[in-house]
Amino acid sequence: MLDSQEGYVTADGRQIGGVVLELKNITLRFGGVVAIKDISFDIRKGEIRAIIGPNGAGKSSMLNVISGFYNPQEGDVIYKGYKRPKMAPYKVSRMGIARTFQNIALFEGMSVLDNIMTGRMHHMKAGFLAQAMWWGKAQKEEEEHRAAVEKIIDFLEIQAIRKTPVARLPYGLKKRVELARALAAEPQILLLDEPMAGMNVEEKEDMSRFILDVNDEFGTTTVLIEHDMGVVMDLSDRVVVMDYGKKIGDGTPDEVRNNQDVIDAYLGVAHD
Amino acid sequence: MSDTVLFALEAALNGLTVGIMYSLVALGFVLIFKASGIFNFAQGVMALFAALTLVGIQTGQVPFSHLINAALGTNIHDFGFTLPAILSIPLTVGVMVLMALLIERLVLKHLVNQEPIILFMATIGLAYFLEGLGDIMWGAEVKPLDVGIPQGMSSTVDEFTYNLFGYGFYIDVLSLWALGIAAVLVTALVVFSQYTKQGRALRAVADDHQAALSVGISLRFIWVLTWSIAGIVALVAGIMWGSKSGVQFSLSLIALKALPVLILGGFTSIPGAIVGGLLIGVGEKLFDFFMQPIIGGATENWFAYMLALVFLLFRPQGLFGEKIIERV
Amino acid sequence: MLYREAGDFKTSYASDNQTFPIRGDRMAYWAVLAVAFLVVPFVLGDYWANAVVIPFLIYVIAALGLNLLIGYTGLLSLGTAAFMAVGAYATYKLTTAFPGMNIYLVFLLSGVVTAAVGVLFGLPSLKIKGFYLAVATLAAQFFLIWLFTRVEWFYNHSPTGQIAMPERSMFGITITGAAASSTAVYMTCLIFVVVMAWLARNLTRGTLGRTWMAIRDMDIAAEIIGVNPLIAKLSAFAVSSFFVGVAGALMFGVYLGAAEAGEAFSINKSFLVLFMVIIGGLGSILGSFLGAAFLVVLPVLLKLLLVDGFGWPADLARHLEVMIIGALIIVVLIAEPHGMAALWRTMKEKLRLWPFPH
Repeated sequence: MLDSQEGYVTADGRQIGGVVLELKNITLRFGGVVAIKDISFDIRKGEIRAIIGPNGAGKSSMLNVISGFYNPQEGDVIYKGYKRPKMAPYKVSRMGIARTFQNIALFEGMSVLDNIMTGRMHHMKAGFLAQAMWWGKAQKEEEEHRAAVEKIIDFLEIQAIRKTPVARLPYGLKKRVELARALAAEPQILLLDEPMAGMNVEEKEDMSRFILDVNDEFGTTTVLIEHDMGVVMDLSDRVVVMDYGKKIGDGTPDEVRNNQDVIDAYLGVAHD
Repeated sequence: MSDTVLFALEAALNGLTVGIMYSLVALGFVLIFKASGIFNFAQGVMALFAALTLVGIQTGQVPFSHLINAALGTNIHDFGFTLPAILSIPLTVGVMVLMALLIERLVLKHLVNQEPIILFMATIGLAYFLEGLGDIMWGAEVKPLDVGIPQGMSSTVDEFTYNLFGYGFYIDVLSLWALGIAAVLVTALVVFSQYTKQGRALRAVADDHQAALSVGISLRFIWVLTWSIAGIVALVAGIMWGSKSGVQFSLSLIALKALPVLILGGFTSIPGAIVGGLLIGVGEKLFDFFMQPIIGGATENWFAYMLALVFLLFRPQGLFGEKIIERV
Repeated sequence: MLYREAGDFKTSYASDNQTFPIRGDRMAYWAVLAVAFLVVPFVLGDYWANAVVIPFLIYVIAALGLNLLIGYTGLLSLGTAAFMAVGAYATYKLTTAFPGMNIYLVFLLSGVVTAAVGVLFGLPSLKIKGFYLAVATLAAQFFLIWLFTRVEWFYNHSPTGQIAMPERSMFGITITGAAASSTAVYMTCLIFVVVMAWLARNLTRGTLGRTWMAIRDMDIAAEIIGVNPLIAKLSAFAVSSFFVGVAGALMFGVYLGAAEAGEAFSINKSFLVLFMVIIGGLGSILGSFLGAAFLVVLPVLLKLLLVDGFGWPADLARHLEVMIIGALIIVVLIAEPHGMAALWRTMKEKLRLWPFPH
């Protein structure tokens, strides 16, 4: 096991830092159903960490625990060295965790630009009165953050649709706008819940490129859930494998690929 | 027993009568909500409209006579005959079914897949439309309604309670009838939904729209069916209230109280609608009885809503509803 | 001159953020303002001022307030009239308690009082939404009106149970009371409308407006990406109630002059303002103007046509009006859920391309 302070060097030569977020013995129950059973793993600065597993394995629940939407009955979330108390999801997001959703959760009635601007909320400080009067600070701030958002728009190549209402966009573009909104928050940790679900090969290639570029450009720590094995193995530095709410594997893509439990879970094995 | 307790008991019993009204209107809400997820604000006005139509048919009024007279300068009012209740009630049922059909055709069909809040606002529009239509068709003046339900003080209850407590309760016979008719109506509904093919289809749709569609149930037919049933329930409510205080606009305001009833009982529970209605009917009478000396009367105006508000804060799913788990 | 945006390039984010990005719109806006301030006051007759223009202006403020709540934040309220009553009674209590207070300040403070009451009744919105919330706001409607008609302190123990606006003036011009000229009343309402529409526009285009819309479009996702639902919802209630309260204050202070809560602020008025918002356009500032204009003018037109023109009985015209409004609501929701403002926008989009439709 690695020490929590020291990093490691990835297969493609990137330097990964110490632990940013650690999950310790997380157990999550819904009534009698156990969605996550005693799972521990860590996320290190700058890495792309994947969570994989068959349907119903508890991957999305895990992401919801990290983003504070679900509170686990047992276990701790250690963020930047401190145990995170039970807190409202919006506070978690203010601490630098941004995410996208499995079933796109954009604000359909707003334009692409406004959607991405909501991502910058934490960074905007103008008070109520200044906003109401559109005076000095509010207007200046709006323009500064607009500039920051425009950078992300350029980066994700969605310039042409910035004023389009989100409801009119096709699926693939919506996914991209959602990524843009999460990036606008300049998060410490970016959570992506099946960023490529329902996409065709070309769209998947685009999205993979964006995820890698984001990691490259901003050094964003990324946690992603994905079904497409090829994509996961190519993109990620380390992989957690879940099955029936339990962790059955954790390691580099190569290690996971050769893990007997993982092979059994994916190919199916007679339980007797 | 002390006088206060007796008076309170009498007030509570009278509250039961009003409560049945609330229950009946709430029942209409629940039926439509279960079958189509629509919160039908117009349910109360439907009761008013049904009662107006019944009176109109009974007394042989010419529909739209005011409009016709104004437009053509004629002076017609009625056909000059009256119809007995046994004929006029089925005819009114026919009108309510026709209305259900038209509502489905002209409104619901075009609003499928809209957000619930849009549908809700559409039913507010519907309420206004029906209110105006009722007034134009039959005139806005207060009309007496008599379908042969006996009225006046129940001497049986009076004597019985006099012998028991030494104080005779004043209970209107009409209330006892209302109680009986409501019981029959609910039983009939339960039998219908449990033992008929249409009833099964209804329950299937209430459970899961998509799944019901996939096994070949016509959603549009179900909608017409539920709106028709809700129309009939509205007619019953309209008859009760109309017999008691005449057919007038205040009926639709009474019906607004069915909304807090639903909060109490839960939006999808038929027993909830009945129990919630009775609880609010009794509760507001008792509250007024005890609070009148302290904060003044007419608390019935808001008691139900404030009670609902408190409920919303502490038990949003109502007494009988299920807790909703939110997901992303 | 053609209505065009071609060639109208933006070189800064500031110019791209402005309210009317197209030059034609900007000029039309200034022209309307100029006419409203410089021409209308001199040509406006008493009948039109009292029957149409002044109620229109007051309802615009109320509709703006309700639109911020329903159209921008997605929180349905059926208690608008009760909050107008709060503004009206606050104005009454403030003017009678502090006779020397500037009357415009009284109207604004009445808005502030209403905002506080609005927040109180907005608390349930943290737990519930949709028609559940609608029922909760009905509690405000019935409870507040009961309070204003039952508790004598609110109407200073007047034997009629009515509140009556005392005469107040500013810079020697009488603004309230029977002696106020309709021009003074018009100018007062106009100033409030312009300022408040400007405030509404600013709030809705900035951070606060975006958090409101985020809550409206998807409240759970909004919370996860960092919107504090408590602040978003309660601020919407506060701002909305402030607008509605000022509308109520003006309605009583400069328009009605005397009022009784149960009569002047009944639930029908709540629906009227709601209909203005729906017909005008949910989530649109312009829509609030269009909706208010439409529903203020419609009854006047019907009365002129049916009662004065054809000699029909007045109650028939009124019933017809109720029916037409109901039908219109349904038609608007079916055909264009975003109301007249959306129709206007579509028309402008077509106009930009005219005469080459593709």
